[in-house]
Amino acid sequence: MIPVLLIVIPLVYGLGAFLIKNERAVRSWTLLSSLITLAVSVLGLTILKDDSFLQYRTSWISSINTSFSVKLDGMGQILCFLTAVSFPLVFISTWNSQYRKPNNFFALMLLMQAGLMGVFLAMDALLFYFFWELALIPAYFLCSQWGGERRIAVTFKFFIYTFTGSILMLVAIIYIYLQTPDHSFDISAFYNAPVNTGRESWLFWLMFVAFAIKMPIWPLHTWQPDTYEQSPTAVTMILSGVMVKMGVLGMIRWLMPVLHLSFYQWGDTVSTLAITGMIYASLIAIQQDDLKRLVAYSSIAHIGLMCATLFAETQSGMQGVMIQMFNHGINIIGLWIVIELIERQFGTRKISQLGGLAQRSPAMAILLVIVALANIGLPLTNGFIGEFLMFNGIFASSVTKYYIVFTALAGLTVILAAVYTLNMIRKVFYGDTNALTAAGYSLRFNEKMALAIIVVFVFVLGLYPKLFLEITRETSEFILNKTEISLFKK
Amino acid sequence: MNALLLTAVLGVVMMFSSLLLKSKTAVRILAVSGLVLVLVVNVLEMSGVIFFRIDTKGMMGFDRFALLFNTILFACTLAYFLLSARDIEKVGPNYSEYFALIYFVLCGVTLVSSFRSLLVLFLGIEILSIPLYILTGSDKKNLKSNEASLKYFLLGAFSTGLMLMGIALIYGATGTFSTGALVSTATSGSALFIAGMLLLMFSMSFKVSAAPFHFWTPDVYDGAPTVFTSFMATIVKAAAFIAFVKLFNELFGSLQQQWQLLIAIITAITLFIGNITAVFQQSVKRMLAYSSISQAGFMMMAIYAMNTDAKEGLLLYSAAYCLATIAIFAVLAKLKDYSFDGLNAFARDQPLLAAVVTICLLSLAGIPLTAGFLSKFYMLKAAAATGKYTWLVIFAVLMAVVSVYYYFRVIQAMYFRDGETQTIEITPAFKLTLVALAAVIILLGIFPNLILYWLYF
Repeated sequence: MIPVLLIVIPLVYGLGAFLIKNERAVRSWTLLSSLITLAVSVLGLTILKDDSFLQYRTSWISSINTSFSVKLDGMGQILCFLTAVSFPLVFISTWNSQYRKPNNFFALMLLMQAGLMGVFLAMDALLFYFFWELALIPAYFLCSQWGGERRIAVTFKFFIYTFTGSILMLVAIIYIYLQTPDHSFDISAFYNAPVNTGRESWLFWLMFVAFAIKMPIWPLHTWQPDTYEQSPTAVTMILSGVMVKMGVLGMIRWLMPVLHLSFYQWGDTVSTLAITGMIYASLIAIQQDDLKRLVAYSSIAHIGLMCATLFAETQSGMQGVMIQMFNHGINIIGLWIVIELIERQFGTRKISQLGGLAQRSPAMAILLVIVALANIGLPLTNGFIGEFLMFNGIFASSVTKYYIVFTALAGLTVILAAVYTLNMIRKVFYGDTNALTAAGYSLRFNEKMALAIIVVFVFVLGLYPKLFLEITRETSEFILNKTEISLFKK
Repeated sequence: MNALLLTAVLGVVMMFSSLLLKSKTAVRILAVSGLVLVLVVNVLEMSGVIFFRIDTKGMMGFDRFALLFNTILFACTLAYFLLSARDIEKVGPNYSEYFALIYFVLCGVTLVSSFRSLLVLFLGIEILSIPLYILTGSDKKNLKSNEASLKYFLLGAFSTGLMLMGIALIYGATGTFSTGALVSTATSGSALFIAGMLLLMFSMSFKVSAAPFHFWTPDVYDGAPTVFTSFMATIVKAAAFIAFVKLFNELFGSLQQQWQLLIAIITAITLFIGNITAVFQQSVKRMLAYSSISQAGFMMMAIYAMNTDAKEGLLLYSAAYCLATIAIFAVLAKLKDYSFDGLNAFARDQPLLAAVVTICLLSLAGIPLTAGFLSKFYMLKAAAATGKYTWLVIFAVLMAVVSVYYYFRVIQAMYFRDGETQTIEITPAFKLTLVALAAVIILLGIFPNLILYWLYF
């Protein structure tokens, strides 16, 4: 029942929000909705862990053998929890941001949450595709309506990009479906589909492109910095914190176990692309003067590491990716919150125009520094756990000959990440104040609270990652078994 | 059989109705209630209640598929009447004749959906087409309408000639007009027979505006009064498709190997030309004309695949495409400026209408949760299930991406661009019908079996 609630609550509240004209009321309404969703998600994580609560299945279009089948597995638990945590954080931290027609804005936000939950929960390929697209439509309207001045063209590029990817994925889904023995869209049927080897390669690429665009993987990333820059920051938080995880999840759940031979065959190619992208994005991030673009490029680098790790196909790497999906989401939302505050207060996101913020707003500086250090993976923070597991995974990989090269080059980006992050902190928060920043900014209560929650996550998961390691172990073992990794053991 | 006779009778009744009924409202009510009656008797025939039994000597056969198709088209026509009947009256003084002509078209629809003989097919296509030539030119004082009508008539007559020639050649090769009898002798595939088949293929491609036989479509759709464009682009086109499918399924099914590649190429060209040209249009009406070509390209995939999925898909596709297009045209007919800029800030002034149009556009673009997605899905699945020509499937989805470009331009204009306020008259009934249409589109997008169920039970 829990998975159904996770989808239905935001959906119903979202549709209801369209009708509420009063701004305060609609804000409270959406916050209430997101808190209820969070409570349900926590219930699923803690008390109601029995399988009967965690899955639901009912027939949908019986003539083509597709069903409304949703289930919370380990990875689903983590990602749904991430989604459930992110939305209240976003709503709390942007409580003071103004939006035209707030009812439409918040309604679309909740509909997007419903779509995202659906993607993370769907255990039926057609249902997965349904939610995959449905999460995109509210995002399109949100960015085009409330974004920056180039919003229409930029969002359209984003939409066309992702739509191209997803419809190619649809073709792949149809072809795999036709190869399943009992013609079913169910995930177990997909896992057992005897895809003929001549077909596998191009099916792999059709699906990979969809996920790679969403993540994004170089060279399919060009929509991403523009979109993050032009979207309203509340939406950017969701896009970068949660939505990119759709791509990672798709790769783990729908690509790796289904087309495992091609996954192995093209592993080196894709890892090379991912690592090229990491270095490329890190180098560009160093040059950025716009805070939003800097974080956008750093996100490409982080996601690239996850992609490269997946193709190493190791237990430690898989778990690292799953944990890092959560960590990356939480940390990047923290960064966006601070950027949103800076932009609202000082009217600029240019690093060169800012400086000395730490003198006047020490609380913000401390919180940001913690999140930024977590983002570059300093020990004791959550980022370290994920990155350590992932590097360990790549280095221990038995499916690629180039594991040393990959580890070394990927490790290089950690250093580059430290360069641009610390540089940004130095220029924005330290040094002398200028005319613009002299007034400083003291955090409001809600902003402090949102950042404090994030910092709690940073340390709790940094010190005691076992919480999540337990949850993800079973899923990653299951997926790796499906890939018949044992055949390639050294 | 019920609907066939009733539509013919109602056509005659409507012609004389303006003599007896002096008010426009009365004529409109008569037209709408007549159509409800047609819909009811057709549904009754599906459940076995047949009022008239006429021996057609095997020249017609009312099977489930045909009847269901008729039901869908009648329901779409009803939606069309409810939305656009007032606009039909505005076209000219002969409003009751317009309704009469539409009824004759519906009569043609029932003929082409249930023919068993090539003669009936020919009759049906002609009964379908001739009223359309008149409707296209019904805006008598408008030069563009006249031009469109003449162009449509000349090219239509030419394609009819091709069809007759094809039928004659097939008769020469086999000695019969009956589609049932032909299947057994057709397999030999003599040159005469193949030539006849090709001529029929070309003339049917003309009727469904598949490229490269589509050149009349944009001019005719653009020139005709908008209300009639809506009718031509939806119900008539879908009817032509069922004739096409029946012809190639029943008569040429055994020769699939020979025509499949040709149909695949026609499909690809249609998709390409329809979509790419639509991108460059500045008028929403003309864009919809090209989009109807590209949608025809997707429906052509049903003929290419010719399996169970394809038939189900065609039913769903017709419903999805007709409903969405009728709704968009109905809203468009209320506007004065048909360019994309004319829709600027439409969402601010008419939030409800804009939302409905958005749902329709999303359906045409094939976004999930709308009927348009599942119908495209069925088509792709049917084409994939043939196991051949994977390039066609991939090409089709890439073209679907192109279609997103021009459909979303309308959404962008309505929601994200600022413009002047324009006042249009909207009745509550009009709004209600539109909302109902949007609801049906979404409902079919979740439960396609609401329609497909009737095919089997």
